[in-house]
Amino acid sequence: MLDYDKSRAIYKQIIEAFQKQLVRGELSRGDKIPSQREYALQARVNPNTVQRAYQELERMGMVETVRGQGTFIQADEAMIGEIRQKMADSILDHFLEEISSLGYMDNEIEEILNRRRKENKEAKPND
Amino acid sequence: MIEFSNVSKSFGSVQALNQLNLQISQGKIIGLFGPNGAGKSTTMKMIAGLNQPDSGNVLVDGKKPRQNRARIAYLPEIDHLYGWWTLQQAADFTRSFYADWDDTKYQEMLKFLNLDGEMKLGKISKGQRAKCKLLLTVSRRAPYLLMDEPLSGIDILTREEIINTLIHDFQEGEQTIIISTHEIDEVESLVDEVYFIDQGRIVVSGAAEELRMEKGLSLVEIMKEAFRHAQQ
Repeated sequence: MLDYDKSRAIYKQIIEAFQKQLVRGELSRGDKIPSQREYALQARVNPNTVQRAYQELERMGMVETVRGQGTFIQADEAMIGEIRQKMADSILDHFLEEISSLGYMDNEIEEILNRRRKENKEAKPND
Repeated sequence: MIEFSNVSKSFGSVQALNQLNLQISQGKIIGLFGPNGAGKSTTMKMIAGLNQPDSGNVLVDGKKPRQNRARIAYLPEIDHLYGWWTLQQAADFTRSFYADWDDTKYQEMLKFLNLDGEMKLGKISKGQRAKCKLLLTVSRRAPYLLMDEPLSGIDILTREEIINTLIHDFQEGEQTIIISTHEIDEVESLVDEVYFIDQGRIVVSGAAEELRMEKGLSLVEIMKEAFRHAQQ
């Protein structure tokens, strides 16, 4: 079930949801993804929107539709690596923007990051 | 395609539509949003051929709406079904009117919606009656489906069933569904294109996804913004 942000394009969030699954290893090359209609029903989204997302995924080379059989993940390790980096960059950009708006300087960022990671590890040593 | 060119319509001293212009393309789900009394119902009825403009033109696929009656399935807000009928009787009645009745579809959707042909329309809940109306409308293979406030006053679970039915059933590219509602939130993820009507005029229109990308707002927020402006 897609939990989407209504102030952003839905088709982009569908693409991102698949990208996340790929990066996390929940989906791999050769896996079959739901048909457009199935996806639209599960996510409760307009089938046209799903079609747009699937077309974009195909254009990006992430999936391939085989007539009569379905849609399959086509992305290889290299592509998944690229996606992972792009997603990380996006998160990092957001983090850097927010953290500097709090007044932290560049040279402090590494320090506060390590400090916090250490604190979190000590709080939950088994994670 | 549905075209409204400078359409005006008054009822007595009330101007319902004021130089309205619209171009609705085929194969999409369209949301007609606006406050009560904005002109949504009048617009829908005009597309269905139940109203005539005072001035301006309405064309459905290049013809007058009345000539397209058979291609338009209209689900009105008010109850047009007789209470003493069973669902099956209502189906038989509807089917006798329209050549595009699809009985296989009717049977399939009857199950999908958890309804029973023997239900007496006057004795069932509001939600069930809403589902019956929907069933009768979608069992016709009409290229244009008009739904006037289909979710109004309906409980949440039934609303979900109705929305699921629309998603399950929608024939992209071939069918056009126009939904008028003031509950934009419910259909936010369902609509391809939107038209916001206020006082008989279109105040905002466009493709839903493009509007979201352009403004960084949800459709609900875009409408609030549009009406704040209109009131100034």
